[in-house]
Amino acid sequence: MATREIAGITVEIDEDGYMADHTQWNIEMAVILAKEQEIEELTDRHYVVIEYMRKEFEENGTGPSIRKLNKQSGVSTKELYQLFPGGPAKKAAFIAGITKPHGCI
Amino acid sequence: MNKPDPIKRVSLVCAKGGLEEVYPALILANGARMEGIEASIFFTFFGLNAIIKKTHNNLKVATVGNAALNLAMPMLKMPITMPFPTIIGAIPGVSNFATWLMKREMEKLDVPPVGEFLEMIDDAGAEIYACKMTVDMYGLKMDDFVPQVKEIMTVSEFYEKSAGAEIIFT
Repeated sequence: MATREIAGITVEIDEDGYMADHTQWNIEMAVILAKEQEIEELTDRHYVVIEYMRKEFEENGTGPSIRKLNKQSGVSTKELYQLFPGGPAKKAAFIAGITKPHGCI
Repeated sequence: MNKPDPIKRVSLVCAKGGLEEVYPALILANGARMEGIEASIFFTFFGLNAIIKKTHNNLKVATVGNAALNLAMPMLKMPITMPFPTIIGAIPGVSNFATWLMKREMEKLDVPPVGEFLEMIDDAGAEIYACKMTVDMYGLKMDDFVPQVKEIMTVSEFYEKSAGAEIIFT
């Protein structure tokens, strides 16, 4: 499996460039990964989404649908698109160190 | 070899109003926004059913003349190859049952009901339009539509709005 360095740590990545092992992730990595997705600063609201996505991934092995994320994290669809412009589910998963979401919703 | 350019805009046309005919347009529009693609849906003819306040949450699966209903047979623990006789589909309540079954399966996949879905794609930045000619034909007004409908427009306006977009007839 391919590897790359993020925040001084070598991590495994999958073919889409997402972190393959979410347990290797830390907050410093999130900041760097966010910049790569053109998000200059991670706010508390970004972290609400990131934490929820990681929790969901740990429990179910995949990121949540946007609908589930709305209902359970309290971040509305509108806000989610503002926080992660141009592809919220994929960008948030990338920054949260989990694999690309596979759902269509 | 260069990779083809990614799709930047899609304009979906939804001209039919059965539940199974409306969901594809909604799912494609939402999926586009999730990928950062601009999206709009132009509802026309019977597709208007999906955006009328009084009807949008009561769309039905057609069980008469729907030759592909065999696909739903596994939901009834029957083989996928078993045809669904259209004469049974005509019995009162059968369409309601098929609709209930489909809604249940969609809910399992986290697909929202039509009303909630329209709110979701509107919040996601997709634009929802109604076709002027058919709005006039059915004698409808802006007030008859859910608030997410942005505009009633002519075909020519729809094409103008679709500049640079892929147009998809669902």
